[in-house]
Amino acid sequence: MPQQTNAQAESRTHLTACHDCDLLFHIPHLKKGEQAHCPRCGALVMERKGHSLDYSLALALTSLILFVMANVNVLLRMNVGGRTQAENIISGVNELYVQGYWEIAILVLIVSIVAPLLKLLCIFYVLVPLRLNFRLPYAKEVFGFYEVLNPWSMTEVYMLGILVALVKLADLATINVGIALYSFAALIPFMAATDASLDDHDIWESLEPTD
Amino acid sequence: MKTPSNTAAHKGYLLCHTCHLLSQAGIGVHSSHCSRCGTRLHSRKPNSLSRTWALTLTAYILYIPANLLPIMTVTMSGKGEPDTIFSGVKELVTGGMWPLALLIFFASITVPVLKLLTLTYLLLSVHFKSSWRPKERTTLYRITETVGRWSMIDIFVIAILVALVKLGSLATIEAGAGGVAFGGVVVITMFAAMSFDPRLIWDALENNHE
Repeated sequence: MPQQTNAQAESRTHLTACHDCDLLFHIPHLKKGEQAHCPRCGALVMERKGHSLDYSLALALTSLILFVMANVNVLLRMNVGGRTQAENIISGVNELYVQGYWEIAILVLIVSIVAPLLKLLCIFYVLVPLRLNFRLPYAKEVFGFYEVLNPWSMTEVYMLGILVALVKLADLATINVGIALYSFAALIPFMAATDASLDDHDIWESLEPTD
Repeated sequence: MKTPSNTAAHKGYLLCHTCHLLSQAGIGVHSSHCSRCGTRLHSRKPNSLSRTWALTLTAYILYIPANLLPIMTVTMSGKGEPDTIFSGVKELVTGGMWPLALLIFFASITVPVLKLLTLTYLLLSVHFKSSWRPKERTTLYRITETVGRWSMIDIFVIAILVALVKLGSLATIEAGAGGVAFGGVVVITMFAAMSFDPRLIWDALENNHE
């Protein structure tokens, strides 16, 4: 009976719309690690990641520690004729501000410090209560804010900027690399892994009110 | 190619762009609130075309000072030398730093130009209700949305250099107004890409067949 099997299949699927081309279609219940793509435009519509909250939280905590280390230590140190000049992310922002270019100062501050930090804090705010079974107010708004922040957190681009600056100055002076640079370099894969481990569909379902 | 109008908009569904919940709003209803997360739902991003046009044109205008004005001035032993984005790349080439020159050329020149041209093309194709290769145009949009952030490299290099090279009379580096304009181009094109709704590409395709 083909109709019955269709009906059975229907019950295990749910209707969704593609965010890129608006096609309505049924997606089957996905198992861990499976992805669903839009049949018309190929957009990734859903992915069941299947990582535990502990896994995501461990990655986020590692990222936070590395982030703090990358910001309180010296990033680069330059030696020219006995003179030393040390620098980290915030001193770059400060120098731009001092020189009167507050627009770039604010931009760099947001995309290299504020957005990555807030992103990590949002993750803790949403995941810790889910893990320990309690509720915090505005969890949905906070998770929505995390998704808004995502494109503005540019740590990996900053890392490439550091490397470019290093090569540019290599001929002019001796550059010493500080602890912050290693922390920053380690932060990039951990931050990426944290984002990749979060299953946004799953989290939104968990945040749904039960009443 | 005949396209069935099996879209959320036609069947009266609204997709939440924040939490991905599909709500049944009824045919002809174009806005509502998401029952799960409370976000305002729209069948299409509101005023997508005019917003994207406005932001893209602003970025075009800002792109001129971004390239003409110096992004930084390197002063060594009293002699100042202003650098624009392009002269910076040229200097890297003459210095023999080819890979770096290519990287900066790609991030600071190729990406912003291609991004502006792509957005203009997508906007025009929607205006003229083009039905040509919608899938490829959607992919083009996705690429535009993801690569834009890499143009920030130059801004970060400036931020690092100004703080590091502060050696008084020996050498100093000062930021330039071109950097402000260039930062503006990057941020505004990011907003432009966010305000464009790729579903409009597919809408044109369907209306053609009705």
